[in-house]
Amino acid sequence: MSRRRVVVTGLGMVTPLGNDVASTWKGILEGRSGATPIQAFDVSAFTTRFSAPVKDFTVEPYLPVKDARKMDPFIQYGMVAGIQAFEDSGLEITEENACRIGAAIGAGIGGIGSIEDGTHIIDTKGPRRISPFFVPGAIINMISGNLSIKYGLKGPNISVVTACTTGTHNIGLAARMIQYGEADAMVAGGAEMACTPVGLGGFAAARALSTRNEDPQAASRPWDKDRDGFVLGDGAGVVVLEEYEMAKARGAKIYAELIGFGMSGDAYHMTSPPENGEGAAQSMQNAINDAKIDVADINYINAHGTSTPAGDVAECKAVKTVMGSSAGEVAVSSTKSMIGHLLGAAGSVEAIFSILSIRDQVAPPTINLDNPDEGCDLNFVPHIAQERKIEAALSNSFGFGGTNGSLLFRKLP
Amino acid sequence: MSSIEERVKKIVAEQLGVKEEEVKNEASFVEDLGADSLDTVELVMALEEEFETEIPDEEAEKITTVQLAIDYVNSNLG
Repeated sequence: MSRRRVVVTGLGMVTPLGNDVASTWKGILEGRSGATPIQAFDVSAFTTRFSAPVKDFTVEPYLPVKDARKMDPFIQYGMVAGIQAFEDSGLEITEENACRIGAAIGAGIGGIGSIEDGTHIIDTKGPRRISPFFVPGAIINMISGNLSIKYGLKGPNISVVTACTTGTHNIGLAARMIQYGEADAMVAGGAEMACTPVGLGGFAAARALSTRNEDPQAASRPWDKDRDGFVLGDGAGVVVLEEYEMAKARGAKIYAELIGFGMSGDAYHMTSPPENGEGAAQSMQNAINDAKIDVADINYINAHGTSTPAGDVAECKAVKTVMGSSAGEVAVSSTKSMIGHLLGAAGSVEAIFSILSIRDQVAPPTINLDNPDEGCDLNFVPHIAQERKIEAALSNSFGFGGTNGSLLFRKLP
Repeated sequence: MSSIEERVKKIVAEQLGVKEEEVKNEASFVEDLGADSLDTVELVMALEEEFETEIPDEEAEKITTVQLAIDYVNSNLG
């Protein structure tokens, strides 16, 4: 029996460049940066004093303010992206299909701001003042939970948590559930809002963040000689995945087919990748094997490309290993140069960019790439988007702990 | 300074996300104002904070309407 095919029929996102897919994608193709100085809390004692936040966000008309008040910002972002994706898909839940439609949306960090607030309440007012909504307002699986309650999704309800690979793994594993026959459709992705005092301080202490405080918009510069770390970003990306025959039968708008998913572990270091990029290469190769596609048909790679000194070089080597003689042809860009690193949301937001690159036949740019570092000699689409034929697109995510994931999308013939 | 009744109604409206004019004295938090069990716990916490008191759990369980909340505050803080 041939494998059930999985297609993408709905998209939703909240990012530093816009609070929906259309405005974000427009900003991406224009090469705009979403980085700004942090104003949400006093950063004067921090080594990094900027980030890429979501701007002008309101939960209405998606959610009542009363409900949103019980949700950490990462849940609010995830809910809005999830609602956008679900509405975009045109899916209707009925008594017959409810058990066949589920949700898989995670976060890398989760409700860290709510945990900080809860700790402050314990210290200043005591345990009697902890809200009964503290736990359901902070834990990572509450986007999947709240979305299922809103729409009546009675299929699988999970949240995979794998640091910066979260969004990618949720989409890939949700697709597996559809292939395996456990579900016919899944709302899948990731969300994050970790730019809080402890979140920022923690990543800064790990020396992961850029300290280019004098010029935040030039701070995320993947593969550039002067890169010095990533820019913390907030937001969410959610897709609706659906079994192909069902999508076709109901006349759904199909963005692309998810033809391959691969995973691997570095087994190397808590926060650094191996220099030769072998874990990244294995993840990409597994996705390619899963898809049974010729690498020459992969015309665009949305790289993990965080703008850290070690990670960017390792990924460049991995692309060369996997793409072989096609490495010189493929466009490889990092949209993190514009929106920063959305951690648990990065993989799902970037999967959507990869899908849109296929739809619009355009590779998004890597901004700020003025002087490519030694050995970084691929077509990184510097500064300006490139219109080109894109038959298939690969999206990479690599996370702390050495957890890797790759998604491969193809234009539906 | 607002009366106790006004202060209670303001908190109920804020906590349960309803308009102040909907907060009638006889309104039940659960049946009329859409609260669930966690909402009522948080509402009691908000009353404790506003009136700088501690409401024991066995008393809190009995506060199910706006009037009962007003009565509790009046008789315990008056």
